[in-house]
Amino acid sequence: MRKLSYREMGLTDNEYEQITQIMEREPNYLELGMFSVMWSEHCGYKNSRPLLKNFPVEGPQVIQGPGENAGVIDIGDGQALVFKIESHNHPSAIEPYQGAATGVGGIVRDIFTMGARPIASLNSLRFGTLDDEQVKQLFAGVVAGIGDYGNCLGIPTVGGEVYFDPAYKGNPLVNAMCVGLVNKDEIAYAVAGEIGSPLMLVGARTGRDGIHGATFASEELSDASREKRPSVQVGDPFMEKLLIEACLELIKEDLIAGMQDLGAAGLTSSIAEAASKKGRGAKVDVTLVPCREKGMTAYEIMLSESQERMLVVPKPGQEARIAEIFDKWGLDATVIGEVTADGMFSVYEGDVLAGTVPVAALTEGCPVYVREAQEPPYYQVCRSFNIEDLAETDPAEALLQLMASPNIASKRWVYTQYDHQVMLNTVVLPGDADAAVLRVKDFKKGIALSTDCNGRMVYLDPYQGGMMAVCEGARNLACTGARPLALTNCLNFGNPENPYIYWQMREAIRGMSEAARFLNTPVVSGNVSLYNETAQGAIFPTPVVGMAGLLANIEQRCQMAFQNAGDCIVLLGKMREELGGSEYLYVCHGLETGMVPQVDLQEEKNLIELLLGLNEEGLLKSCHDISEGGLAAALAECAIKGKIGFIVDIEVHGRRIDAVLFSEAPSRAVVSLAPEKLPKLEKTAAAMGVTVHLLGKVGGERMTYRSAGQAMIDLPVEMVTRIWEEAIECRMS
Amino acid sequence: MKFGVVVFPGSNCDADCYHVIKDVMQRDVDYIWHKETSVEGYDALILPGGFSYGDYLRTGAIARFSPIMPAVVDFAEQGGLVIGICNGFQILLEAGLLPGAMLRNRSLKFICRPVYLKTKRIDTPFSNRLSQDQVIKIPIAHGEGNYFCDAKTLQSLQDNRQIIFTYCNEEGQETPEANPNGSLANIAGICNLIGNVLGMMPHPERCAEEVLGGSDGFYVFDSMITWLKGAMK
Repeated sequence: MRKLSYREMGLTDNEYEQITQIMEREPNYLELGMFSVMWSEHCGYKNSRPLLKNFPVEGPQVIQGPGENAGVIDIGDGQALVFKIESHNHPSAIEPYQGAATGVGGIVRDIFTMGARPIASLNSLRFGTLDDEQVKQLFAGVVAGIGDYGNCLGIPTVGGEVYFDPAYKGNPLVNAMCVGLVNKDEIAYAVAGEIGSPLMLVGARTGRDGIHGATFASEELSDASREKRPSVQVGDPFMEKLLIEACLELIKEDLIAGMQDLGAAGLTSSIAEAASKKGRGAKVDVTLVPCREKGMTAYEIMLSESQERMLVVPKPGQEARIAEIFDKWGLDATVIGEVTADGMFSVYEGDVLAGTVPVAALTEGCPVYVREAQEPPYYQVCRSFNIEDLAETDPAEALLQLMASPNIASKRWVYTQYDHQVMLNTVVLPGDADAAVLRVKDFKKGIALSTDCNGRMVYLDPYQGGMMAVCEGARNLACTGARPLALTNCLNFGNPENPYIYWQMREAIRGMSEAARFLNTPVVSGNVSLYNETAQGAIFPTPVVGMAGLLANIEQRCQMAFQNAGDCIVLLGKMREELGGSEYLYVCHGLETGMVPQVDLQEEKNLIELLLGLNEEGLLKSCHDISEGGLAAALAECAIKGKIGFIVDIEVHGRRIDAVLFSEAPSRAVVSLAPEKLPKLEKTAAAMGVTVHLLGKVGGERMTYRSAGQAMIDLPVEMVTRIWEEAIECRMS
Repeated sequence: MKFGVVVFPGSNCDADCYHVIKDVMQRDVDYIWHKETSVEGYDALILPGGFSYGDYLRTGAIARFSPIMPAVVDFAEQGGLVIGICNGFQILLEAGLLPGAMLRNRSLKFICRPVYLKTKRIDTPFSNRLSQDQVIKIPIAHGEGNYFCDAKTLQSLQDNRQIIFTYCNEEGQETPEANPNGSLANIAGICNLIGNVLGMMPHPERCAEEVLGGSDGFYVFDSMITWLKGAMK
């Protein structure tokens, strides 16, 4: 194998200089490799760490914030929820099936490493548009990869989102979220054991796959990226399933001092992370590591990102019992080294010292950069876009186009490929509500989960868009009746060395932080994926929010389907008319521009509290938030899901009809309820300071939108349903 | 009355079946680890869904060689009730307890969604709580559920009334459109000649409680319990 230079490993001249200073000599090839992966953006967060400090991370509900394998929140009854979202963008771009599959595998390991039983997966995906054959292949490959891996594990994939936009062509986003359930007293942490404790490696054998995967994930994609296909790991979900069961047994029996999964940067990172927690050192003998092929060098073994491997540090005297459990599951566990006191990470080949590096230099020693930020010129240009210059489209025509847009259309083609019911907890099926809802067996309560981010809005205004992503996540949960508790995020951006991109990051994180603080939904875990660029440019800045919350009573969950003829339809929140960044402008006018709708956090909070109160009192028959496609699409979706029509009359008051129907302004929801409950709703809403518009009634077989008695749109539910359901399938067949 | 849920490495609906028998049906149930060699003391066995041995090679192909399987075959041959669900069905086919084989779904994709089934026969241990031709709604979740057998086998399945469930539409018509995976003759579930071994691709355990969106699956397990109660009298 040809040796790489430090630059090819992704290190700068300056960083190399720092390494020689730390080492007080030139590093050898192995040591250089270890530094390069640990100092990559993917492992070291060197470009994002200063910005991440802005996130609120504390709250009474938080048991573990960022810094562990995943975040942990308290959900009462002695139980905790463990969750995190992570990207696998670059691998998926060049090898969609395995890239996406191993993305799921990695995030699942993060969850059971904490001692939690994984109970749900979600994913947030972005692709180019479906008129492109290559994009279709990527999309199909990613969905199949996620499905096959998660299905085999028996972890239901219960929710998520998919968007299509030219901005993601060539650089798709594949963010996988996993959620686990654990008893509070059984949470496991990545603490290394006592000095002399053995380091056990268990699971798959180590191969040459994935070497420098972390480095690869930290650079832009180019034509040469295809040659890095060996950097993509290959998944074995069966092995992972065995690991889950075996590792959870170890934790149940309290046999281990620490556990760490092998993800990015493989053995190097897992051992360094484990040892750094207590200021310890570690030594490892690579000749003890079971390998897939002969002749692997220390460098290859230490940097391999072969999947389905775990590092286990036993409690003293428990090695034999641990070996017994692994044997039961047919897994090989091998002692490959031990915890030391010297603070050094020493790699041996038999008796020969192949390399030795201070542990702290690999972890805390990673350089941190505050980059230059500059407002990009497009920002003001887009903000000054004047909607009045635009001709109005026929509203019915526009609605049909929107319902057929893959960004709004049913995601049935995707979620039927995922087992979303295994484990028997899924009480709201994919697509039936704004968030996934799971029951917690033996309790009345339920868990609600969602992922959200409108990258186009974030692009047009990163600060507002960042707030919107958090608000939408919280609102989605509230629509189902769940109180939002905390969030995880996956920050997908372009090259941070570009001042315009760094500005997007800084502003988006500022917006997210403000909203998360205001809504009391702290950030408990997350992941950063930078350098999402191709020769065509950067992706839309896409900081995906994974929100988790709690329903006190699962029987009070609310879905989006209209229920009964005669029920009142009500808009909660203001009638608004901002069209900036909307799907309407994109689909009907080919524009991705405009001043985005502004967020009022107090208004959002009021709406969320109102929705929670109304659900708790059982007043609502249906609830759906307003997002892509605006009020018109939200109403249509409630009708489609309920297989029943409606008649609404919407006050336009001289405003543009398209603006009123298709604005994606936040802090709004459409609800339906029995007419006799209306006075109660109006009273409660008034007390909470939320505007109420009575729009009309559920019933019939048509979707009828009127304004001052005049029909604006009048379409059969069945026809719109067909268009909405088949839009993605038609494009994919 | 005691149920046993056989657990192979890679089974992933084992806990679901266990939950339904214990918490919903309120009956005794144990897990039976695949390395065990006896099923003594059980009145009914469940081979659950999942991906036994990763379904490498062919679905169910490796599981049939598990140490527990000779005991399962013995139990079945002596008339014990055995239900194989999804991967469990595939294992029963590989083990020769039921005739035929599974192909990949016609769409070549994994499919998870509710389907309608027509109850073709109700004088069996698995369907006696349903009514003749009753249409029930039960979810499927599989990549290889496209049942196939040769013409002679199909004829004998039909002659011997071994087809218990077929895919149909909401109105009970067994149309090609209602067939989610391309199964021969819309077959969703078959039993052996005597009727004590059932294999079905849909997951009755996923709809045995109303909170999960339906409870038609309850009656499959309730049929087994009713049958066992009768047999025990």
